[in-house]
Amino acid sequence: MEQERKCAMEGEGMEQERRRDGKNGEMLGTDGFQMEMEGFSRNEEFARVVVAVFMSRMNPTLEELDDVKTAVSEAVTNAVIHGYQNQGGKVGIACSIAGNELTVTVWDQGRGIADLKKAMEPMYTTDRSGERSGMGFSFMEAFMDHLEVESCPGKGTTVRMKKRIGG
Amino acid sequence: MNTNTFTYEPRGQMLVIHLPKELDHHNCRNLRYETDLLLSENYITRIIFDFSQTEFMDSSGIGVLLNRYKQMAGSGGSVVLYGAGAQVRRILHVGGLARLVPCFETKEAALTCS
Repeated sequence: MEQERKCAMEGEGMEQERRRDGKNGEMLGTDGFQMEMEGFSRNEEFARVVVAVFMSRMNPTLEELDDVKTAVSEAVTNAVIHGYQNQGGKVGIACSIAGNELTVTVWDQGRGIADLKKAMEPMYTTDRSGERSGMGFSFMEAFMDHLEVESCPGKGTTVRMKKRIGG
Repeated sequence: MNTNTFTYEPRGQMLVIHLPKELDHHNCRNLRYETDLLLSENYITRIIFDFSQTEFMDSSGIGVLLNRYKQMAGSGGSVVLYGAGAQVRRILHVGGLARLVPCFETKEAALTCS
């Protein structure tokens, strides 16, 4: 029941958005894309560049662009290193714009995180080489306005991040 | 100069490491092995990181810097850097590295600081 109402409200919003669009003939409703790529480390740069190009239509400042690129890089790196243990696997990225808010979702179907609370502690890392800072989630939190992580051991991890652009 | 990999420039007891354009997990993979080799074969008292070509860095870069800092601090040496742009400076600040590793504008300043 609760869910039905929520859907109806979203539906109404879309309708209004479309009507408004009709006046100038331009689509201005919820905008977005979704893609899947192989979780190889060489694709980390590709992922952040794709998101940066997509969000450029929001006229972000250079700093906002860098913040989002950093957060995407952290999320994708986590999927590559932790989700798939550097063995490769599909990494999904979805972006959407609603008003002045950008939402970026990064997901993998890797090993998942058993203790999410611990994984999100600053400086916590499972790495023994000393080369990993353990700041991935802290950076996502620092550079975005909102961070949500869902993980299921053996099934994968989904990171959803939001940031207001331009104010 | 190849901007996708690290290049190393020995300067007496100092080692200048020129960093790539994008300092992320992918590009950081070989650094540990290469610097460990150089540090074991040479007497190095200061590592100088050159960020002048670097346009992007994430927490992988912080990991690399922090580990070199620990290594050098353990043997009484130091780590400094120069040429950091706005994005890199922000990451260094948020990552808490700005307090540990002195930042200089130019290579000359990084080489001659005491």
